[in-house]
Amino acid sequence: MTTETFPDTAAPAPPSKRVREVMYRHTVVVRVTHWINVVVISLLLMSGLQIFNAHPMLYWGSYGADHDPAWLETVARNGPHGLRGVLHIGGLTIPTTGVLGASPMGGRLVVRGFPAWATLPSWQDLATGRRWHFFLAWIFVANGFAYLAVGLINGHFRRDLAPRAEEMTPRRLIGSILDHLRLEHPTGEAAKRYNILQKLAYIGVVFGVLPGVVLTGLTMSPGFDAFAPWLLDLFGGRQSARSIHFICANLIVLFVIVHVVEVLLAGVVNEIGSMITGRYVVPQARRR
Amino acid sequence: MSGPDLSRRRLIGVGGAGLGGLLLEGCDRLSRAPTFQHVIGRTSTLTERSQRVLLGGQPLAREYHAQDLSPVFKANGTITPSTDAYRRLLDGGFADYRLVVEGLVRRPLSLSLAQLQAMPARTQITRHDCVEGWSAIGGWTGVQLGRVLALAGPLPQARAVVFRCADALGGTDDDRGLYYESIDFFDAYHPQTLLAWAMNGKPLTVPHGAPLRLRVERQLGYKQAKYVMRIQLVERLDGIAGGKGGFWEDRGYAWYAGI
Repeated sequence: MTTETFPDTAAPAPPSKRVREVMYRHTVVVRVTHWINVVVISLLLMSGLQIFNAHPMLYWGSYGADHDPAWLETVARNGPHGLRGVLHIGGLTIPTTGVLGASPMGGRLVVRGFPAWATLPSWQDLATGRRWHFFLAWIFVANGFAYLAVGLINGHFRRDLAPRAEEMTPRRLIGSILDHLRLEHPTGEAAKRYNILQKLAYIGVVFGVLPGVVLTGLTMSPGFDAFAPWLLDLFGGRQSARSIHFICANLIVLFVIVHVVEVLLAGVVNEIGSMITGRYVVPQARRR
Repeated sequence: MSGPDLSRRRLIGVGGAGLGGLLLEGCDRLSRAPTFQHVIGRTSTLTERSQRVLLGGQPLAREYHAQDLSPVFKANGTITPSTDAYRRLLDGGFADYRLVVEGLVRRPLSLSLAQLQAMPARTQITRHDCVEGWSAIGGWTGVQLGRVLALAGPLPQARAVVFRCADALGGTDDDRGLYYESIDFFDAYHPQTLLAWAMNGKPLTVPHGAPLRLRVERQLGYKQAKYVMRIQLVERLDGIAGGKGGFWEDRGYAWYAGI
């Protein structure tokens, strides 16, 4: 990241002498791979839900089918008030009519894991969902490798993402958690770096969840399993891999929600602008 | 207003995620477009070629132990073939069953179940992965397909092995309706590719494909053709039924089912 500081000369001189500090925050590779990911991950998620719908049950271990105990399943039941959707997770039963188990399609409730608006394509079509998913997966993996290669070579990970020892003290960590809870965002010098929770979240996603989703995806392939049977041992069997794949997808959604909320809180124009142009206006402390 | 689907779409738009709604609509439209179907279908060729490179050394699919067997092995697709020809064979205890091997071969064969069972057998406990997502572990005993093919002597121009089945999953008793599958010689000669006549140490039951089913262990469930009646060696697949090399392939699924 480079920092250039210059006075804002375009506007008439403001009453107080404010300095508008702009820094070059995101390299072109980060920006391009980020926006490719926005599209590709959204569509991977939706085509993934289409695939899930073909058998909306998740198991642990090597095998798992209708007669085996599922730790998560969406079910539709015909009751006195018509079709009812239910989510079974662990020992819990949660009514989910309209969203999970049974949701509207063409004007009436139908049996469906995830609803039409969440799946790609919107109608039930496993073959097309799979085509989309694997097509997108290739793009996702190529995009991810480009991002990882450049980040390693140009020092982005080491410089911007790796936590420093002094950031990892309990006091600093708790301080950062409190800042986040109070929705306080750093200004000035502190705003030029990622905060420690931000670093940990990015590291967790970039080096944990996203590689995890790819590897568990590959573990579900009987062809790839013959080449790399150790993957089955790593994840505890094909059905465990399928469950972990689903959990990773949920973690990605959770990350995206927090990420988008933080962008909204931190200043949506500046944040999104910096991911498009690379240039980030460093927020200055407000005078009280 | 034409149903809650549209109103939901509109809601998303009003909610400020209009872009998302457009994306959805656009993807649905793309999903229907034959040209785009073709483009995304090409990645299945990329997947197939990549896996063929990785599997060049012909590694075996993982084999499991007896204690790993699924308590109940889910039977999918056809559970009881309803064709008259099959009914007659079943009533006769498959005494009249003949596996026909024909097409681009030097010596067409007609093998009884007893003849197949007299050939050297292989037993393997493997995982069956359905395209829907579930898995079941079962034990299979049968003759390696490679041995049967060697007896028939494939002609050099043969490129694919087609399995014609007795079940009319498509509803009709003809090429369009009868189940069929195909593999190439890369998989046909793999040591775990079996014509199985027993499951978990007992004769194959009707729901699981009696009297003979295919096992291609490095591919998904729809490749594991049940009720195999005829094996045809061919140069091209486009003249058979829908031309895509299999019952489910003709209905949009990828011919290479290693993923």
